[in-house]
Amino acid sequence: MSALIEFQGFNKFFGEQQVLEQIDLQVQAGEVVVILGPSGCGKSTLLRCLNGLEQAHSGSLRLDGKELLAPGTDWRQVRQRVGMVFQSYHLFGHMSVLDNLLLGPLKVQKRERGEAQAQAEALLARVGLLDKRDVFPRQLSGGQQQRIAIVRSLCMNPEVMLFDEVTAALDPEMVKEVLQVIQGLAREGMTLLIVTHEMAFARAVADRIVFMEAGRILEQNPPERFFTQPQSARAQQFLEKFSFVESLPKTLHKELS
Amino acid sequence: MASTGFELLQVSLPQLAAGALQTLSISALGIFFATVGGVLYGVLANLGKRPVNIALQVYLELFRAIPVLVWLYLVFFGLPIFFGLSIPSFWCAVLVLGLWGASEVGEVVRGALRSLPRGQREAGLSIGLSGWQLYGYVLLPQALKRMTPPTINLYTRIIKTSSLAVLIGVVEVIKAGQQIIERTYESVLIYGALLLFFFFVCYPLSAASRVLERRWAHT
Repeated sequence: MSALIEFQGFNKFFGEQQVLEQIDLQVQAGEVVVILGPSGCGKSTLLRCLNGLEQAHSGSLRLDGKELLAPGTDWRQVRQRVGMVFQSYHLFGHMSVLDNLLLGPLKVQKRERGEAQAQAEALLARVGLLDKRDVFPRQLSGGQQQRIAIVRSLCMNPEVMLFDEVTAALDPEMVKEVLQVIQGLAREGMTLLIVTHEMAFARAVADRIVFMEAGRILEQNPPERFFTQPQSARAQQFLEKFSFVESLPKTLHKELS
Repeated sequence: MASTGFELLQVSLPQLAAGALQTLSISALGIFFATVGGVLYGVLANLGKRPVNIALQVYLELFRAIPVLVWLYLVFFGLPIFFGLSIPSFWCAVLVLGLWGASEVGEVVRGALRSLPRGQREAGLSIGLSGWQLYGYVLLPQALKRMTPPTINLYTRIIKTSSLAVLIGVVEVIKAGQQIIERTYESVLIYGALLLFFFFVCYPLSAASRVLERRWAHT
């Protein structure tokens, strides 16, 4: 079976600095891939290249076997197949929730309003926000805005969804409601590429963990293997930092008692 | 005196009205071209293409550094001399006011677009919007709120500046008033009428700007 997404010898520069170096990554349809790594390692850039928000410099990137780095790629088509959700939601502030959701389906896909609206409302109901259909984004909490942003992408009926640190800007109590939505998509068999710092979530939801550092992929393994026996020294250090943070409350608790 | 003044106004009213119509026509057309050109300028300036930005910068500085009056003379007297192109004085005034206004509105639009979070553009692109759709549905509507007060301010400046057209022979409202004064020596009365005319054209615009600003403050 050929991969749905295939990076091969993929390079990307910001000016002189190489931010992605010889990336080889294959994602099968229905797979959930979580990309981990320290800040600035290029994981967000990798997602953005797949959506055409960043321009790649060399190598190959295929979607469904079709080369995207060839001139003449219709990125508008690609973006309809590859949805993206951002850290800061980026809902359109001057539009109601429903108008946010319908802009793509009506203007880009030229779909019929009744049908598109029915789908949007069904998806809103699914994320528990149907009652917010007519409000404006600023009236919603961060967690609610992010769930709407996910629905906005889903309304385009994409085959792949990219999640770029979508809980990083949220208060802790809102993280769960967003992660639950993503978990639901994973269970349904949607192809997902997720960049996150939520380790427990990564472990629970991923079919495969991709660990990156300084623009390179250092290892790719199933989550259990990655979290229990990381192969590279850098991954071990990275995980130690997180386990330190997790153990912190207990330590403090001991000291206090 | 008061009654003769009133009679005088009545008699001169058609002449003043004809002048006022010229002023309003030049202003309205100037504002129209300033707005259309300004939005185009603002969008072009936001594309981040270096040659485009240099061209816009040159255009902007030419209209900032050279007085509108000099532009009027340049277009009215210069075009026939250098290009054999003779444009009626009315359209010269519209052209110069439109170009000058477009450079000013353009800077406002550019700034308003730039002040939007970058994520708005990326979110729009990520659902497959084309460039036109991105500006039409996402960016310009949100920039509108920020650009309205300074743009309306500029509209009132265009209306007031349109009186310079008299210097290339357009009989606009001030010239019409002066012609009446030459005949009647009633300068206080006529200039008073002109004062009221400009006030009642420009004030509603500023008032509308304030109302819009207040209304949009909540959205």
